[in-house]
Amino acid sequence: MSDAIKAATLEYVTRLGDDSLVLGHRISEWVSYAPFLEEDIAYANVALDYVGRARMFYTYAAELAADGRTEDDFAYMRSDRDYRNLLLLEMPRGDFAYSQIRQLFADVYYSLVLPELVKSKDERIAAVAAKAIKETKYHVRRSRDWVHRLGDGTEESHKRTQKAADQLWGYTHEMFDMDETEQLLADNGIGVDVSKLRDQWHKDVSAILTESTITVPEDSWAVRGGRTGYHTENLGHMLTELQIVHRSHPGCQW
Amino acid sequence: MPDEEYQRLQQRNKAEVKELWDILDEVKDPEVPVLSIWDLGILRDVERNGNQVVVTITPTYSGCPAMDTITSDVETALNKAGYNEVVIKTILSPAWSSEWMSPQGRKNLREYGIAPSEDADLCEDGLTPEAHAQCPHCGSRNTRRISEFGSTACKALFQCNDCSEPFDYFKKI
Ligand SMILES: [Zn+2]
Repeated sequence: MSDAIKAATLEYVTRLGDDSLVLGHRISEWVSYAPFLEEDIAYANVALDYVGRARMFYTYAAELAADGRTEDDFAYMRSDRDYRNLLLLEMPRGDFAYSQIRQLFADVYYSLVLPELVKSKDERIAAVAAKAIKETKYHVRRSRDWVHRLGDGTEESHKRTQKAADQLWGYTHEMFDMDETEQLLADNGIGVDVSKLRDQWHKDVSAILTESTITVPEDSWAVRGGRTGYHTENLGHMLTELQIVHRSHPGCQW
Repeated sequence: MPDEEYQRLQQRNKAEVKELWDILDEVKDPEVPVLSIWDLGILRDVERNGNQVVVTITPTYSGCPAMDTITSDVETALNKAGYNEVVIKTILSPAWSSEWMSPQGRKNLREYGIAPSEDADLCEDGLTPEAHAQCPHCGSRNTRRISEFGSTACKALFQCNDCSEPFDYFKKI
């Protein structure tokens, strides 16, 4: 592996890990608050899939960095400016409709990214993707069913679902941005060219929203910055909660 | 016999030190204690390397919280049998499949009250159906899915319309 590719791979794997951890943590915030017990358990399961995915990416990142850091250092010892996750994933939990719309946007995205990532020439990345792909099939079905149910549900649930779609739409554009790092990896068969996935994502998401009687939002405003460390204020608050135990009791094990 | 199962049996039967595999039959999935790691299919290889025993395992789901316990149980079991140098490798590829569960494992699951994945006709997309997984308590197919995600990542929750009992269903993945 050339130095440039190695550095890019480390950055890329960290991004993928950050995406997984941040979304996994947001989902886990529903545990014990979900509308009913089965849904509570479902959320815990999905959160676990994402946190597990984060661990696999961070473990690999730590190996690539080879500077003595472990997966825990990646998760707990970096500040918000060091995180490279997509902004969509750090948005707060919101109400149930808001979380499910975000989940739909993310799940459909991963259902397109992972089948490409599984072809990566980097065996480690391909292996993580191969595991995640199976889990994502279940995730997409769940979020699709919920959006159907909420969108085509009561007047109130419809209203909230539409509002969530409108509020989150502007954060989805960033998912399909490419920068130098990702382009280098895509050119070398290691990363995915996400810019090519936008049309399919739009088609898939639009179909589900339309079936759910939700109007597909128009592309107007767009917010970006996650991949360069410019986050919304939400991430910092989330990280204080996620990191406080580890930072207050360094090296503690139980 | 499915290919995968045949290959696993071949691997075990041809193993240099068969005893090692037998020792690891004692190690159970902490969340489903009637399944050994062999029955569950997460035990991928056992090798002797000088004084060292190298055990290769793979997680069921990305976030399977049982992996740490399983790792330490493998070590304990081998230590107890006199093998003190144990190395445990975790591999991700090929990704675990519920197809890898042994016939004995499926039988044990049913007796324990969990329906193995083969006891339901899957949806076209290969996922858990909304109904008709076979009830492990009374054998009825008149059942319905209550939740796609059960008490652990690997299970969905069903209820039987005939005997009214809820039961876990081991998802196909
Ligand atoms: Zn029954």
